[in-house]
Amino acid sequence: MRAMERAEVDQRIRALIEPFNKKGVEIFEATTFAGDLEFDSLTVMDFVAAIEDEFDIIISMNQQAEIETWGQLIDAVCKLADD
Amino acid sequence: MSEGISQPDAPVALEATESGDLFSKFDPLIKQRSDLLASGVEDPFNLVMEKVLSPTRAVCNGRDTILLGTYNYMGMTFDPDVIQAGKDALDNYGSGTTGSRVLNGTYQGHKECEEALKEFYAMDHAMVFSTGYQANLGIISTIAGKGDYIVLDIDSHASIWDGCSLGNAEIVPFRHNDIEALEKRLKRIPEGAGKLVVLEGVYSMLGDIAPLKEMIAVSKAHGAMVLVDEAHSMGFIGPNGRGVAEDQGCLDDVDFVIGTFSKSVGTVGGFCVSNHPKFEIMRLVCRPYVFTASLPPSVVATAATSIRKLMHGGNKRAHLWENSKTLHGGLTKLGFTLGTTEPQSAIVAVIMPDLQRGAAMWEALLKEGLYVNLARPPATPANMTLLRCSLCAEHSAEEVETILGMFERAGKAVGII
Ligand SMILES: Cc1ncc(COP(=O)(O)O)c(C=O)c1O
Repeated sequence: MRAMERAEVDQRIRALIEPFNKKGVEIFEATTFAGDLEFDSLTVMDFVAAIEDEFDIIISMNQQAEIETWGQLIDAVCKLADD
Repeated sequence: MSEGISQPDAPVALEATESGDLFSKFDPLIKQRSDLLASGVEDPFNLVMEKVLSPTRAVCNGRDTILLGTYNYMGMTFDPDVIQAGKDALDNYGSGTTGSRVLNGTYQGHKECEEALKEFYAMDHAMVFSTGYQANLGIISTIAGKGDYIVLDIDSHASIWDGCSLGNAEIVPFRHNDIEALEKRLKRIPEGAGKLVVLEGVYSMLGDIAPLKEMIAVSKAHGAMVLVDEAHSMGFIGPNGRGVAEDQGCLDDVDFVIGTFSKSVGTVGGFCVSNHPKFEIMRLVCRPYVFTASLPPSVVATAATSIRKLMHGGNKRAHLWENSKTLHGGLTKLGFTLGTTEPQSAIVAVIMPDLQRGAAMWEALLKEGLYVNLARPPATPANMTLLRCSLCAEHSAEEVETILGMFERAGKAVGII
């Protein structure tokens, strides 16, 4: 797979998060999923599934545990999509 | 999903606080609990059974009560043969083994119990653990190692989640009972990695069953091994009571069946049965089997006797299905919303509009003389409040009618129907 631009990944995931971001919280690199976005476990599962389907990757719970912020998510997806 | 009173089955990490008191992380929960009790309801999680009269009757908090939330599906707890076997074992083998299964803790009775399980499931190997919780904990954490993948239903029981946490495999959950979601994940697992798919026959929150036939076919097509927890189906579902996989004709494709003695069998303990040719090595490498004391002789004697009687439980199974259908149909007709549109197991879950009215309904039923299980967020799927009813083969047809009358009065009093 061609190396995916970080900006492109960011943009595609921004489109995916829309239906889950019910309060329309503005998203920055440091925005957290548990704190700022108040995602519960079911929301996390559905959001992760949407990303996995979009990029045809697996993000295991072990990997999710390392991801707290938006920026970390984009980095992780860039890396996984490149592998 | 299960008995998590105030926490979900999937473990959550509580944040440390700065006060120095390690207990301050529990403050929100302590407050939530005291608020609920301050509203005047009887504490749903502090019930004492002062006397147990039969599998279906007890004196609870001073009241004569019909039990409709015990998972004692086949009513074996007061079976005379079962009780006699326990008494004999107490007399002949003493009150406890004081040792691990791999040291001094394997008695004749443990072997006989494993023989009974092998016969019950028609499988080559059986391993008895001290609880079902430990069976899941031990088998899952041991067989799936670093670099392997565990793919599991998001609504899995806490013991399955904890088995995942204890081990080193990559954990990948999928949406409840979603065959397509399972398949997508299996497809994406890197080539060559070991795969274990973990499913349950009956999910105890809503009493729904899994489409095991399709899910197991998909798993096998992708080279995965399959473990099925049949805790809530043993003794009741399937032509020989072996569970949902037997009922759907796919038990031969299940690599590991996990079960418990704490439901249909009517005592305590857990097990794994398997046809894997190397299965016996588990006894040496599975830490929750090795590093704990074995079950007391009386417990394995009651379990073995009960399991053997369950092999011939056809009539009881038929009556339990009747009970489940009558309760499910009656509650539907009264206007309650249930977890499944058809009765799929011996669990009937009644969905409450919110926690407040759910707790009020639970208390109204208790005052009527009926015990059911209250399940509430965050332990429940989609944060529902549920009154979970589990039927017993020893509930008489009249008792089920009495139960429906209690639901009608309580439901009207609380304003749910
Ligand atoms: C699906 C499931 N698996 C495992 C267990 C654990 O069984 P035990 O009570 O023997 O620890 C339970 C119930 O508690 C359960 O509901």
